[in-house]
Amino acid sequence: MSQNRWAQQTLWGWGRYPRVESLVARPERRKEVLDALADRQGDPVLAFGLGRCYGDAALLREGRVVLTRRLDRMLAFDPETGWLRCEAGVSLEEILHTFVPRGFFPPVVPGTQFVTVGGAIACDIHGKNHHVDGSFADHIRRVELLVADGRVVTCGPDEEPELFWATVGGMGLTGLILSCELQLARIDNPYIEMESIRVENLEQFFEVSAESGHFTHTVSWLDCVTTGKATGRGIFMRGRHAPAGTTGGLSLLSRLGRAAPALINFPVDGPDWMLNQATIKAFNEVYFRKHPKGQVNSIVHYEPFFFPLDAVRNWNRMYGNRGFLQYQFVVPPDPSHKAIRLVLEEITRSGLGSFLAVIKEFGERQHGGISFPAPGPMIALDFGIAGQPLFDLLDRLDRIVLDAGGRIYLGKDSRVPRHVFEQMFPELPKWKAVRDAWDPGHVFQSELGRRLGLSGGQR
Amino acid sequence: MSVLILGATSRIAHELAHRYAENGQSVFVAARDADEAARVAADVGVRTEGTCASGRFDATDFAGHAAFLDSVRETVGPIEVAILAFGDMGDQHASEGDFEAARHVIDVNYTAAVSICELLAASMTERAAGSIVGIASVAGDRGRQSNYIYGSAKGAFALYLQGLRNRLFKSGVHVMTVKLGFVDTRMTYGLKTGIPIAAPDAVSRAIFDAQRGRSDVFYYPHFWRGIMSVVKAIPEAAFKRLSL
Ligand SMILES: Cc1cc2nc3c(=O)[nH]c(=O)nc-3n(C[C@H](O)[C@H](O)[C@H](O)COP(=O)(O)OP(=O)(O)OC[C@H]3O[C@@H](n4cnc5c(N)ncnc54)[C@H](O)[C@@H]3O)c2cc1C
Ligand SMILES: NC(=O)c1ccc[n+]([C@@H]2O[C@H](COP(=O)([O-])OP(=O)(O)OC[C@H]3O[C@@H](n4cnc5c(N)ncnc54)[C@H](OP(=O)(O)O)[C@@H]3O)[C@@H](O)[C@H]2O)c1
Repeated sequence: MSQNRWAQQTLWGWGRYPRVESLVARPERRKEVLDALADRQGDPVLAFGLGRCYGDAALLREGRVVLTRRLDRMLAFDPETGWLRCEAGVSLEEILHTFVPRGFFPPVVPGTQFVTVGGAIACDIHGKNHHVDGSFADHIRRVELLVADGRVVTCGPDEEPELFWATVGGMGLTGLILSCELQLARIDNPYIEMESIRVENLEQFFEVSAESGHFTHTVSWLDCVTTGKATGRGIFMRGRHAPAGTTGGLSLLSRLGRAAPALINFPVDGPDWMLNQATIKAFNEVYFRKHPKGQVNSIVHYEPFFFPLDAVRNWNRMYGNRGFLQYQFVVPPDPSHKAIRLVLEEITRSGLGSFLAVIKEFGERQHGGISFPAPGPMIALDFGIAGQPLFDLLDRLDRIVLDAGGRIYLGKDSRVPRHVFEQMFPELPKWKAVRDAWDPGHVFQSELGRRLGLSGGQR
Repeated sequence: MSVLILGATSRIAHELAHRYAENGQSVFVAARDADEAARVAADVGVRTEGTCASGRFDATDFAGHAAFLDSVRETVGPIEVAILAFGDMGDQHASEGDFEAARHVIDVNYTAAVSICELLAASMTERAAGSIVGIASVAGDRGRQSNYIYGSAKGAFALYLQGLRNRLFKSGVHVMTVKLGFVDTRMTYGLKTGIPIAAPDAVSRAIFDAQRGRSDVFYYPHFWRGIMSVVKAIPEAAFKRLSL
């Protein structure tokens, strides 16, 4: 019923800022995606997965958005090798649910399981294992891409490699991913051997990080409110999939039952003052003190280890109606950690606290183009939208990151200025040339793409 | 013993295929779009590690129905449960001006269902076992100006199932009428309504349980039984004046 193909709808990302109205289609099968592209009536088009990117990457004003959630068929699986072929709207949660009992795990997972594989490729997502396993794209051998002229092109590291590497981290601007082949990793059980270590300052974080290379997964929670000698204190978590024979309890989520996710929900917007500097400071203090000095070893289910925030549905509403954003950046390794110190000092000086902050050292692997991961320490900071003072602070952080030769993550962005962005990604012109060759008419656009001159907007 | 699902490209049907395959039954899914039916079957196979075959089925190819059922039985054996999920809402406005459009809606939702059900009834009666599940609609409970061509075809289908149930009762064959309210599928996409829209996954679980419980007539979401009893109770003199 083509009269119902496009419905007016307002969409937003996880930060609920900005919110944008578009004509939205939800194809139920592969063929309907091709039909939707053909029926775009001259408008630009963009794919939308589970909307877990924070900012405006999946949004498109005066354009047509294609929801991929119903394109979720798992097409083939080889239990000998772990290769899974599936449509782009399959979520990591479904892959975990289906394959953990059979001894397989997605090769890379972000901090939430509610992302689609299409979104994972388009943002070239990284996980706690980046220093060992690289990013999501390192485990993909083939992508079926619907390109601007209506053709379906197969690409991969060995086939149309330029298109493939432009699509990896390409924020949906090279075409619409229909399906992919990804290799799942073997595991023996759902548990993680975890060690958590209280680190008293930034120096200690880097020491612990340096000696944690034999753990496949590392990340550290960072108290970015406390200053002075304790600057950079936090709790370092490292782990690996537990060996055969390990037993443990059920995760909180499993105990509550998948059928009742609304049990712990954040159903309404929090008041805008809920996360202010005082409450953030108090939270950070309690969280830090709760952990005893030194090290704690434990066996935990994968859910609290990888996806602690998934236990509270809609936790993004905690930030109130104003919405929030995340500032995530990576800077090249530097023994003096100057950039990181400057960033933390800038935040303290601004009086704008970040409720949630994490730090991790990435490994060597990177994919060029506008894909985010690059060697060096990465920090992610959440901020409630606080008007001009926040945007001014972030402009100052951009300066520090840029001076250090670093970059920010587009999957979390809704505000970086174009000239700053252009300096952060030296390979941008090459990426753009490939993108434009496949889509000269700028069929694929997004708010982010227009803002940064990637596609559409001012050329 | 196997489960046949017709109209497999419907999200409700796809979810139903999962329910039966998870339960260890071998499933055959069929749709006009045979490629897509094969993708659905692959998905059911990968996710459940069960067996799921697929084939092409066009509801309006009445002459081909018998051969189609034979090919299903050849592939997966005798049919234990058959679910008719195909349907076409058409376009009410087009159906008013163009009899061929109206006839197509009637053929898909009613005539085809009769043809298939009679063939299924014959073989199930022979084995004195089996279950036929027809997906009808609350739209068939009372004629309304906004969709009475589709509604009357679905209503006729429900009436037909009632008679078939009565006839097959003695032979031990189960016939179930499912009357669906709003379900979040292609048919209702973009619909703006204050009434809650059911998730296809929840619908499939409810139908699966009701079929196994050998229910006769089954409304889902359940509150639609109440809504429709009120709608049906409105005197015609008043009802005809409403714009529904
Ligand atoms: C709590 C939380 C924790 C997170 N942790 C991490 C983390 O640790 N590491 C990390 O890398 N990211 C992380 N993220 C970000 C998230 O993993 C990415 O934004 C991911 O891309 C979201 O997937 P999605 O399906 O929701 O895509 P969406 O948000 O819907 O879309 C993201 C982008 O992908 C494009 N896209 C989506 N589907 C397709 C398709 N089929 N074809 C082409 N383009 C497509 C969109 O156009 C858009 O540009 C986190 C997000 C949250 C909310
Ligand atoms: N969604 C609701 O709110 C709602 C409410 C009441 C009842 N229902 C009923 O529920 C059933 C499933 O519908 P849905 O909501 O899932 O919508 P849908 O996605 O449109 O499903 C309809 C199915 O019918 C198939 N079909 C249509 N014409 C056919 C033909 N000539 N031959 C064979 N198959 C044909 C379609 O397959 P192809 O087009 O791929 O061939 C599709 O699989 C239908 O019987 C519908 O009437 C739905």
